[in-house]
Amino acid sequence: MKLPPVDYEAPETVSEAVELLAEHQDEASVLAGGQSLIPLLALRLAHPAVLIDINGIAELSGVSKTDGWVAIGAMTREYVAEESETIADDVPLLAAALPLIGHEAIRSRGTVGGSLAHADPAAELPAVARALDAEFVVRGPSGERVIPAAEWFEGFLTTSRRPDELLTEVRFPAVGPGTGTSFQEVARRHGDFAIVGLAASLTLSDGAIGDARLAFAGVSDVPVRARDAEDLLVGEAPSPQLFDQAAQRATDDIDPPADVHGSSEYRRKAAAALVRRGLRAAADNAGERQ
Amino acid sequence: MADITLRVNGAACTGSPEARKTLADFLRDDLSLTGTHLGCEHGACGACTVIVDGRAVRSCLMLAVQAAGSEVTTIEGLAPDGGLGTLQQAMWDSHSFQCGFCTPGMVMQAVAFLSDHPDADEQQIREALSGNICRCTGYQSIIDGVLLAAERSVNSDPAAPPGASPDPAAPRGASPDPAAPRGASPDPAAPRGASPDPAAPPNRER
Repeated sequence: MKLPPVDYEAPETVSEAVELLAEHQDEASVLAGGQSLIPLLALRLAHPAVLIDINGIAELSGVSKTDGWVAIGAMTREYVAEESETIADDVPLLAAALPLIGHEAIRSRGTVGGSLAHADPAAELPAVARALDAEFVVRGPSGERVIPAAEWFEGFLTTSRRPDELLTEVRFPAVGPGTGTSFQEVARRHGDFAIVGLAASLTLSDGAIGDARLAFAGVSDVPVRARDAEDLLVGEAPSPQLFDQAAQRATDDIDPPADVHGSSEYRRKAAAALVRRGLRAAADNAGERQ
Repeated sequence: MADITLRVNGAACTGSPEARKTLADFLRDDLSLTGTHLGCEHGACGACTVIVDGRAVRSCLMLAVQAAGSEVTTIEGLAPDGGLGTLQQAMWDSHSFQCGFCTPGMVMQAVAFLSDHPDADEQQIREALSGNICRCTGYQSIIDGVLLAAERSVNSDPAAPPGASPDPAAPRGASPDPAAPRGASPDPAAPRGASPDPAAPPNRER
């Protein structure tokens, strides 16, 4: 359970980090909070030749709001995001998901960008990013590009970041009036990865649903949007019957993985229950925000 | 190999750990601070929890080189006079522990939590300790001890957090202290806890 021998670089600027990534390509692993990467090294599931430690890059940390978007630096620690008033006020879905990540000591080191770049499909933040259509800002040798969440998650622990690119920032849209959100999950114990998780957002106007967003964690190799259920909800008035139909629709086409924590069928039923709970909670706090 | 300087339990320490060496192994093997226990070595059990710059962290999930310039507190640093801190005494009085393996991690997590939440209730304490695994007690006696410490600290001196909290003025991630002695690892003049304890039992966990 000791880490394999590995070279170590600690750049102090994004440009230096990008140069190192360009030099080492997929021989390098970016070390952010290390709360997933170091276990992977300890278990010898990852064998990078070099670790590029970005903890010393000050420009990668911070939370700011501009033009209706909340920008979170990739190295912003989860506990810092958890304590951020900007995130609590403007991205309440993210604020609700953050305390569910691991445990307190994990969030002391873990980072928002690290979790999203690691892209564990059972993790909380990928589902939030997918539900809210977050934007991922990466920088490579040829400059910056912005990747929408729909294109970020490509597979199990796999994103569309190229080996010579560094995730520098993730942008979440600030919540508007009439929008309520809820993060729900079923986990064996507090702090465990979700057996199934759900990020839900509903926008109400004049008593009808104007916008609905549902994204699951833990039902596939990537976070999954329930588009059909979202379409079913839009234009309708919130009601228990409608939420039942949405739960059915959202789980019709999913084929969740089975493991020691639950069968595929159990996950599907849990997912349907989370849709009902999540929609009810989101509708309730959408009413409060109007 | 990189030379690093950090402060451990109030004393300046230097070392040259390999990049792959975790902070936990550095504390145990290089500084002989074997009070920090290693259970799973991949961040699942919480036994290796220490306080780095005021926050509880898993020392098996942090590289020693990443602790350069940091202020680290281990179980040895909670009561420099060789006695027990408020939390340790309360846990003693509550018969909190049995085999003792999870003890250092449990205590460090609780100290960090209580210093931020001195009047925490049982539910908050349970949640704060939820990442620390104990295979003996069933947790009730541990929760009782932390609650007792919170109660005593609120009743005696509301300003004094239970246990020894790290210096809040300590710089976070600041550059290594240039005044710190190099090569003197650890400082022989350091308080108990920062120096190897000849009375410490041999490492029997592995």
